[in-house]
Amino acid sequence: MIDTVATHHAGRERSENRYLVMLRKLLRHKIGMTGLVIILVIIVCAALAPVLAPYDPAEIDYESMMTPPSWAHLLGTDEIGRDILSRLIYGAQVSLKVVFVSIFLSLVIGGAIGLVSGYAGGRTDNIIMRFMDALLAFPMLILALGIIAVLGPNLMNAILALAIVNVPGFARLVRGQTLSIRELDFVQAARSIGASDIRVMARHVWPSVAGNVIVYASLRASAVLIVESSLAFLGLGAEPPTPTWGQMLATSMEYWSAWWLSVFPGLAIFLAALALNFFGDGVRDVMDVRLSD
Amino acid sequence: MIRRILSRMLYLLPIAAITSFLVFSMLLLLPGDPTFAIVGEMANEQERQQLREEMGFDQPIPVQYVKWLQRVLSGDLGRSLRNQEPVSEMLATRVPVTLELTFLAVLLSVVIGIPGGIIAALKRNSWVDFAVSFLAMGGMALPYFWAGILLIRLFSLQLGWLPPSGYVAFTEDPLQNLKLMVLPSLTIGVSLIALVMRQTRTSMLEVMSQDYIRTARAKGVSKLRLLVRHALHNALIPVITVIGLQTGALVGGAVVTETIFSLPGLGRMVVEGIFERDFAPVQAGILVIVTGLILVNLLTDLSYASLDRRIKL
Repeated sequence: MIDTVATHHAGRERSENRYLVMLRKLLRHKIGMTGLVIILVIIVCAALAPVLAPYDPAEIDYESMMTPPSWAHLLGTDEIGRDILSRLIYGAQVSLKVVFVSIFLSLVIGGAIGLVSGYAGGRTDNIIMRFMDALLAFPMLILALGIIAVLGPNLMNAILALAIVNVPGFARLVRGQTLSIRELDFVQAARSIGASDIRVMARHVWPSVAGNVIVYASLRASAVLIVESSLAFLGLGAEPPTPTWGQMLATSMEYWSAWWLSVFPGLAIFLAALALNFFGDGVRDVMDVRLSD
Repeated sequence: MIRRILSRMLYLLPIAAITSFLVFSMLLLLPGDPTFAIVGEMANEQERQQLREEMGFDQPIPVQYVKWLQRVLSGDLGRSLRNQEPVSEMLATRVPVTLELTFLAVLLSVVIGIPGGIIAALKRNSWVDFAVSFLAMGGMALPYFWAGILLIRLFSLQLGWLPPSGYVAFTEDPLQNLKLMVLPSLTIGVSLIALVMRQTRTSMLEVMSQDYIRTARAKGVSKLRLLVRHALHNALIPVITVIGLQTGALVGGAVVTETIFSLPGLGRMVVEGIFERDFAPVQAGILVIVTGLILVNLLTDLSYASLDRRIKL
């Protein structure tokens, strides 16, 4: 018993070192770091929104409606005099929340399905994977629309829809890895000394697949952001007055003369998506995995 | 060839069955009485009861599914609640719009993306190469709706070259139809153009460094012939894969693009249906889209066979 505890500690220490090495590699990855810095800036903006935003994002000011960028309103104001910069800063909160929560949910659900499917093998595996393939046949946005059509349009359901949309991808990845890992000696050894299935999956298989899952999650993030803002653009995301980048772009189409209404929110989405892409590429290079997706 | 088609169909058939089941199950997952979604809130109890018997809502789910599938296959996709129009008739006018949009986007990506990628690969590390890589990187993170808005700003409002939105059927006025479709297809095409360019560049570089190209060069094959007959032929296979895989994303982009340019396509129909709580068009639209994509999947796969002689027919 003491022996197993000791080896476990040794294993944990080694894996911590491995993550430190990767972190150091990431710091030297120029594109990945550029992405990370932009993401961190956006996170700080979202977290400190009440402090950083110059105005209340919902404050209506009939004195200064549709004013172009100026010193008073750095990015201008919208059709009812709300400050665009403040609305962008608060809008970051919604986008980040949707992206992180939905990816986390799909990671947990998809990971669990993949583990069970790969570990069980045989017929169970076959049936589960056919279902996942069928879900993958739907384009992300279309599947999300279908789920929202059933559940009704609001922010919670948008998060849930985006989570479900990414479940099959995670499930496929984890299942494939589990299939090969479960045949390895250390897993067989754990089983032979009587470890329960759940213990084997949680303590032995999962730690070995976690690295690739993290890479996949960071590669998916920008796609999730784009679909999130598409839903908001269509009017199926957070309800007003909560500002979202997508919905700000949608209203900009009613006021073509004001270029600042459409340029800045679009730029925000574009930069955030680009940064997530860069970061994902960096993480993939650093962890040195090839994903077939 | 026939064997290949059959084996692919054998793989895709269960997937088609499960996807159609998933689309059907939307009805079961709706909160409350499903008859409200089908005949609306104005219908009386008698109509509801009749519908329940017709659809078999009191029977086991597999029986309901088979009944539903039979109706769908016979062309009965229900009626729109708004004006009682049969959904199959709505589809007849809306499918061509989305098809044309997607087709033009793929065409643009081939016409712009492949030559761009080839030039970048041949003039590696030149300014053209950097410009292509830069465009490819940006094009992939560009959200469809922003691209559309910027295109309208530039080409319609600033330059006045093209109309900002609207739709005319191709059969009515082909020229006006194409004028109206240029910006929407460019909007959803941007990211595919970027992807195709990048993939063409990568696979051209890979192919050009192979031994058989050196052999052909040594034999004295002309530059153009080397490029077209020897290199491009093999380099295009991964490009076709990318286009095939991205068709799904294109259709997703079409939903948003149709909203921006007010095109009466499938995506618009689905979104309008969600807002108006008009369930039949939503369900039918999604069913048509996913069935179409499974067919595209099959076609992509078969097109490898005609390009790559090593794949046995």
